[in-house]
Amino acid sequence: MNAKRKAKAAAGEQPFALRLLADMLRIRRMEEKCAELYGTGKIRGFLHLYIGEEACASGAMHALDATDNVVATYREHGHALLRGVPMDAIMAEMFGKAAGCSRGRGGSMHLFDAARRFYGGNAIVGGGLPLAVGLALADRMQDIRRVTACFFGEGAMAEGAFHEGMNLAALWRLPVLFLCENNLYAMGTALARSESQTDLCEKVASYKVPTLKVDGMDVVAVHEATCRAAQQVRNGAGPFFVELQTYRFRAHSMFDPELYRDKAEVEEWKKRGPIHSFSAQLKAAGELTEEGFLELDAAADSEVAAAVAFAEAAAWEPVGDLLKDVTTRGATA
Amino acid sequence: MRISYREAIRQALREALAADPRVFLMGEDVGRYGGTDAVSKGFYEEFGPERIRDTPLSELGFVGAGIGAALGGMRPIVEIMTVNFSLLALDQIVNSAALLRHMSGGQFSVPLVIRMATGAGRQLGAQHSHSLENWFAHIPGIRVLAPATVADARGMLGAALADPDPVVIFEHAQLYNTEDELLDDWHCDIERAAIRRPGSRLSLFAYGGSLPKALDAAVALARESIDVEVVDLRVLRPLDTRTIAESVRRTHRAVIVDEGWRSGSLAAEVMARIVEQCFFDLDAPPLRVCSEEVPIPYAKHMEDAALPQVAKIVAAVKEVLNV
Repeated sequence: MNAKRKAKAAAGEQPFALRLLADMLRIRRMEEKCAELYGTGKIRGFLHLYIGEEACASGAMHALDATDNVVATYREHGHALLRGVPMDAIMAEMFGKAAGCSRGRGGSMHLFDAARRFYGGNAIVGGGLPLAVGLALADRMQDIRRVTACFFGEGAMAEGAFHEGMNLAALWRLPVLFLCENNLYAMGTALARSESQTDLCEKVASYKVPTLKVDGMDVVAVHEATCRAAQQVRNGAGPFFVELQTYRFRAHSMFDPELYRDKAEVEEWKKRGPIHSFSAQLKAAGELTEEGFLELDAAADSEVAAAVAFAEAAAWEPVGDLLKDVTTRGATA
Repeated sequence: MRISYREAIRQALREALAADPRVFLMGEDVGRYGGTDAVSKGFYEEFGPERIRDTPLSELGFVGAGIGAALGGMRPIVEIMTVNFSLLALDQIVNSAALLRHMSGGQFSVPLVIRMATGAGRQLGAQHSHSLENWFAHIPGIRVLAPATVADARGMLGAALADPDPVVIFEHAQLYNTEDELLDDWHCDIERAAIRRPGSRLSLFAYGGSLPKALDAAVALARESIDVEVVDLRVLRPLDTRTIAESVRRTHRAVIVDEGWRSGSLAAEVMARIVEQCFFDLDAPPLRVCSEEVPIPYAKHMEDAALPQVAKIVAAVKEVLNV
């Protein structure tokens, strides 16, 4: 595949292809459990599942270094997990517990982890782009060689924040890797119903930012494209935009009756599901057996079970801490 | 040394830029142009284009970038041309800067300073003349400052930069050319309001561009032997309720001057706190002098009529005193 993959495989770890698969499975099983727990009332609020889109986070996150910055959206469970936020802390956050990665204040849409340079968890569509630009500006001004990866959906490309952020990044040649997960629907509004220009790369090209369009259901293609783009950004060539063409298998949120798309369309995309297509590919290449797959799946299941147990047992934040951390110095009003 | 309010801000900016390489200034025309209000004139040449960073007309974008840069270890000072333009950036200020610390369980703080011009009086019409300080003062997670004196113009910026959380500084456009002696001790306590003129018969609260009007009113009233105390709120969030209440407990009467519109105003908040904390100390119902509830008009006589003026303040004080 590429140098990064070979380097990782050579380190005596799990073969890299299996890591990609395992990571997609970890996201999938975690989110399936979240949906189940939503049904039982353990998880409340909005819950936006990433199911179907796992190849994007899995392929892209492995293209980044541990010291890079990551800015994500409200559909960020997978990104947080693959960034290294422990599943325990993510699950506890979903439960609203103090052991959660945002102390239970954020919930599903606001996962944060300062130590892993994971800047959320932003539920304002497009809101992450200017933040990513600023993080990259700070790195540039401090002579830090680092990539800021900014995930967003195609819906964000109708926002002013997208255009302002893209222009600033391009104008100042900042090291931002823009990763657009194009799942074709901004909540319930299809791309063609919300954008005059549906070719997203064309739209970005007007900012003189280089682009790549990738099959976001193919984890290897995502990984290779994002490695290439990240390398270019890291080398100081300015921002890069990658469109990951993907599809959300589940509803937008747990409240969505899905009246805006045909069941047949969903079924058609499911045939290209990233987990089963990649495992089929690996099996055909002799790199994976059915037993091997079941082992990975079982490992994901037990990680999920442990995370749920952890979240169940975790304590609630004391109500007395309600006003804590509104400001650093404690003054509120 | 006698200097202008503008020069005081310039000194504060220059000092901050020279002292800390993490500090930089960013905004529309802050660089080559020298700043709309000439606050950063010459800085582009002195500190270079990286640290005196001209931005496109992208308030949402560059305020958001300021937040990101603050998260990334810098100490940005973002200048927004006027408060009306800040509405284009409200999403980033309210939904990111103000929330990040609490929402992340205390993991991130945003040491960002936003400066902007506010207020009317220059015949700039309705889209360049409003006072929306109270909108910002409504939001937990940010500090809101309004320097009204040359000393505070000199002292507030450094104190704001030392704050680990977002600070919004409102510079009233009418104050840039005002002059005063800058005393050696210009350091500013950004927790406390300031008593600008002690007095005994009534507490007159004001901030920003209304402070000189309140002080002029106090002088006019003194000529009629009416001795009022003038309190500069100056820290609009968190409000220094203690200083406010202590003053009212001494004088037993209050008038609040606020260039914002009356409905839902900062003056309303101050009055509510007075009523909550000093109800039984009051000898008369407090009054407010606010802007009339209209978009600020262009014509001079109409603009003047829309704003708090010395005569209106004097009349309100006399009404409360029943003289």
